[in-house]
Amino acid sequence: MSSMRTPLSRVRGLGSAKKGTEHFWLQRVTALANIPLMLFLIATLVTHVGADYETMRGFIANPIVSVVFLLLICSALWHMRLGLQIVIEDYVHGEFTKLLAIVVNNFFTLIIGVSCALAVLKIALS
Amino acid sequence: MVTQSGLPKTSTRPLSPHIQIYRWTLTMMLSILHRATGVALYAGTVLLAWWLLAVATGPEAYAVVQDISGSWYGRLVLFGYTWALFHHMFGGIRHFVWDTGRGFDLKVVEILARFTTIMPLILTGLAWVLAYMYMGVL
Repeated sequence: MSSMRTPLSRVRGLGSAKKGTEHFWLQRVTALANIPLMLFLIATLVTHVGADYETMRGFIANPIVSVVFLLLICSALWHMRLGLQIVIEDYVHGEFTKLLAIVVNNFFTLIIGVSCALAVLKIALS
Repeated sequence: MVTQSGLPKTSTRPLSPHIQIYRWTLTMMLSILHRATGVALYAGTVLLAWWLLAVATGPEAYAVVQDISGSWYGRLVLFGYTWALFHHMFGGIRHFVWDTGRGFDLKVVEILARFTTIMPLILTGLAWVLAYMYMGVL
């Protein structure tokens, strides 16, 4: 059977959603980045659980730590946004509720991301 | 209740069995746990944001975080958070193995499943032994 797709669409390989394998690929790239970044977060927790205010602030204010924290926030939140979108698409079947849930997912990620980033920047720059 | 095609839902067509029908297996449990830990970690980012904002705000805000995270239930959440991180991480590593097209052999699947179950438990325990040693409790 001959294909109904145009040669251009076949060459682009982006499919009907025009995103191709972008979602799948970014899920893997962020997952890879998350391995060292989350180990760093766990190490921070292990060495700082119960730490007093000055110690905690001083640690995050260290430029290297601030940079790692900003990267950690970007990678982890991007990964979780992609992940929850799949969960929503799997379990939410109503077209409107699904769309709404995906939008809320994006808003939640941005709110948490901007909050975390601002906090780290404020600690690092003051 | 009427389906899209207009047929009543009480038609005699067989339904596909759902999870309560199957005998539980480790691989099935891990698949569910991977999702569950992912969703839990998603919710847990609220705690991460709260902690960072508290440090950025000042000593009073941080004291509230310290009080709650130092309580037994706060520690329980942190312990669970650590386990969820490790568990989702090892689940992800297992998926990386599968992404290369390897590890689908039943025997290998079983070994990977056991590894993915046990390693996060060991590492979570180790992390918290170290944490309490850092605090000078152990």
